[in-house]
Amino acid sequence: MIVNRKKLNWVERLYLPAIIGGLAITWKHFQRSLLGKGVITMQYPEEKWDAHLPEWYRGAPTLVKDEHGREKCVSCQLCEFICPPRAITIEPMEIPEGDPWRKVEKAPRAFDIDMARCIYCGLCEEVCPEQAIFLRKDYSITGLNRNEMIHHKEKLYELGGVMTGLVFKWNEKK
Amino acid sequence: MDVSNFISQFFSPAAWSLIKSLGECFMSPTGFLIWTTLLKSALLLVIILGLVSYTVYAERRVSALIQDRLGPNRVGWQGLLQPVADAAKLLLKENFTPKSANYFYFRLASKLAMVPPVLVLGVLPFGSSLFGVPMTIASVNVGALYVLAISSISVYGIVLAGWSSNSKYPFLGGIRSSSQMISYELSLALSLIPIFMLVGSLNLNQIVQYQIVHGWMIAPFWPQGMSLDTLLHPLALLEAFRAGCSLQRVLIWIPLFISFILFFISMFAETNRLPFDLPEAEQELIGGYHTEYSSMGFALFFLGEYTAMIAGAGVITTLFLGGWSLPLVPDGSHGWFWGLVNIAVFFAKVIVILFVFIWVRWTIPRFRYDQLMKLGWYFFFELAVANIFLAALILTYVKR
Amino acid sequence: MQLTLFWIFSSLMIAFGLGVVTLRSPISCAMCLVSSFICLAAVFVTLDAFFIAIVQVLVAAGAVMVLFLFIIMLLNLQAEECRRVKLGVMLGGTVVVLSFVVLLSQALESSPQFSKPIPVLMAPSQDVSMIGMTLFHSFNLPFQIVGVLLLVATVGVVLLSRRTLR
Ligand code: SF4
Ligand code: SF4
Repeated sequence: MIVNRKKLNWVERLYLPAIIGGLAITWKHFQRSLLGKGVITMQYPEEKWDAHLPEWYRGAPTLVKDEHGREKCVSCQLCEFICPPRAITIEPMEIPEGDPWRKVEKAPRAFDIDMARCIYCGLCEEVCPEQAIFLRKDYSITGLNRNEMIHHKEKLYELGGVMTGLVFKWNEKK
Repeated sequence: MDVSNFISQFFSPAAWSLIKSLGECFMSPTGFLIWTTLLKSALLLVIILGLVSYTVYAERRVSALIQDRLGPNRVGWQGLLQPVADAAKLLLKENFTPKSANYFYFRLASKLAMVPPVLVLGVLPFGSSLFGVPMTIASVNVGALYVLAISSISVYGIVLAGWSSNSKYPFLGGIRSSSQMISYELSLALSLIPIFMLVGSLNLNQIVQYQIVHGWMIAPFWPQGMSLDTLLHPLALLEAFRAGCSLQRVLIWIPLFISFILFFISMFAETNRLPFDLPEAEQELIGGYHTEYSSMGFALFFLGEYTAMIAGAGVITTLFLGGWSLPLVPDGSHGWFWGLVNIAVFFAKVIVILFVFIWVRWTIPRFRYDQLMKLGWYFFFELAVANIFLAALILTYVKR
Repeated sequence: MQLTLFWIFSSLMIAFGLGVVTLRSPISCAMCLVSSFICLAAVFVTLDAFFIAIVQVLVAAGAVMVLFLFIIMLLNLQAEECRRVKLGVMLGGTVVVLSFVVLLSQALESSPQFSKPIPVLMAPSQDVSMIGMTLFHSFNLPFQIVGVLLLVATVGVVLLSRRTLR
C-alpha cells in the first residue's frame, strides 16, 4: 500500500507547534506521575506478579514425580542431548534388583541443570518421552556464585513437585 | 587592632611576625586575587560536580515520571544516594582498553572530553559578588567568544575517542559528531551577534549588567528605575510598564527572540542532546563514540557530557535569562546575604533550563542525519544571518 | 610572570611544531598542530591580546583542524613510511634554514623599529573595538576586497566541485 504524504502547511512545517504539543503531553504525564497517580511500576521484590502467571508460563526447568512419589525420569538423556546451551548434566544409574519400579531399569543418579546456562527454551520439556521435566513458574533464580546456580536433583524435585501425566510405562498394570 | 593584639599573645614574636607577613601577603592585591580565585574555582567545581551527578539522577527520575514509571528510588530516601552508588560502581569496574585501540589516544580522549566544559565555567558570572569578591573566576573581555571557542574544541575528545577505538560504531559516532558540531557552531555563534550589537560588549558581566537595567534578553521590557516603591502605586506601575513596553523595545525584542530560539536549539546539537544525539544514538550506534569505554573512561565521557549540558545552561542563563539577576533583588554589594541569593538565583535558572533539556529529550524523537544537516545548513544558518541584518536594521533606527 | 609564561608557551609551541614535522602518524601530526595553535593562543594571552587568542582557538583549532581531522579519519590515512634521508637534501635544507635565520636577525638588528620594546597599544579590555575600528575605518576598502576575494574563491570551489560531479 502506498501512503501518500500529507502536504504540510507552513505552520506545520515549522514543527514548533507540534513540538510544543508534545511537550504538553509529556508534561501532563510528568505532573500526574509526580502526584503518584498513574504510575504503573511494580516495586519488584515486595510486589510480585506471581498470582497472575499463566499456566503455560515457562520458568525454570524442574523434575517432577508422579502420584506414587516415583521419579518419572528414566535417564534417557534426550534432554541432555537437545539442550542448546548444554545446561543439563545427567549421571544415569541402574535401578537395583528388588525395587518395585525395577521395570523401568534406569533412573538418574545425579541430575544437574546449570541455571547460569539455561536459556528457558523449553526444549527439554518438549523432548522428554516420559514427561518428567517441566518448566514451572519459578523465574527468580539467584545465587552468589556459579556453584549456587547449579540446581541438583533434590532442588529440581523440590521445585517440580508432583505432576500427573499420561505416560505410565512403569506401571505394572498398564 | 585589639583583636590582633589579643591573638598575638598566644604566639612568640617571631611566629607572630611570620603570621602577619603571611596575612599581608594574602591581603596584597595579587595574593588576594590568587587565593580568592582558587577558592572560587574550587567552590564552583564542587557545586558543578554535585549538580552533574544529580542531573544524571534527575534525568533518570524525570524520564521515568514522564513515562509513568518510578525510576531509581532505592538507594537512600527517594533514591537520592543513587549518584554515589553509581560513582562507586564505575570506580570499581575494570578499565578495559580494547586490543586494537590506539592506547594513547584512547586514554587521552576521555580526559579531553571532560576538560572543555569545565573551562567554559571559568568565565560564567555565577553570582554578583560575595564580600566584595566578584563571583566570576575570570572576567574576560571576550567572554562570550571564549565560550564559543572552547565549545568548538570540545569536539576533539569525541572525534579522538571515535577514531582511536578502532571499531565501526564509535568511528561513525565520531564522524557524525564532528560534522554536526561544525554545522551547529555556525548558528550558535551567529545567533549571538544581535546581543553583542545591542550590548556593545563581549564581556559576559557587562551583558548581565545590561540585562539588569533593560530586562532579560528574552523579554527586554524591564522599565528603568523600577523599585519596590513603584510596585505599591498602581498608577506609577502602569506608567512604568508602558515605558518598558515601548515600540522600540518591542522592535528590538524580535531579533533577540529569534536569537534565543536559535541558540537554544543549537545548544541541544552542541551538547549532543536528544533530538540531535546522533553521535551516540543508542539504537543505531550502541552508544556511539564511547561504545568501547568502560569504568572511569566511560564515566569521564558521561561527566563531560553532563558538565557540558550544565555549562550550556549556564551560558543560556547568562546571555538570555539575566544571569544571576532577579528583578528587585539587590546585588551582592548590599550584603553577603544578597550575594548568596544571587548565586542561588543563577543556579535555580540553570536547573530550570536543565529540566527543559531533560523534558525535551523525553519528548522529541531523534532526527534523521540528513534532516539534521538540512536544518543546520539550510534553515538555522540562513535564519541566523538574516537575523543579524534584521537586528542591524532595527538598531540603526532605534536608540539602545 | 608574563615573560616566564611567554617562554613556557613558546617553547611548548616549538616542541609541538617539531612534532608536526617529525611524527609519522597523521593523527598525531594534526593533534600536535592543534596543541601548537593553542600554545600560540596562550602566547597571545600573555601579550594581553585576548581577542586574537580566542579567534586563534575558534578558527584554527576549532574549525579548520577539526575538518583536517575529519578528512584524515575519513580517508583512513596510515602512518607514513620513514624515508631514507639523502645527504644533499639535508645540506640544502640546512643552508636554507640557516640563511633565513641570518637574514631575519640582520633585519631585526638593522631596523631600529624592532630593537626597542613597543609600547602597549591599548587597554586590553578594548581590543575588540580597536580591531573593529582599524578594520572598518582605516582599512575598510582592503578589508572588503579581501572579503570579495574569499567569496570568489568559495564560488570557484563550488563550481569546480560541480564540474567534476557532472
Ligand atoms: S529449558 Fe532449554 S536451556 Fe534450559 S535446561 Fe531445558 S533445554 Fe536446556
Ligand atoms: S528428564 Fe526426560 S528426557 Fe531428560 S533424561 Fe529424564 S526422561 Fe529423559
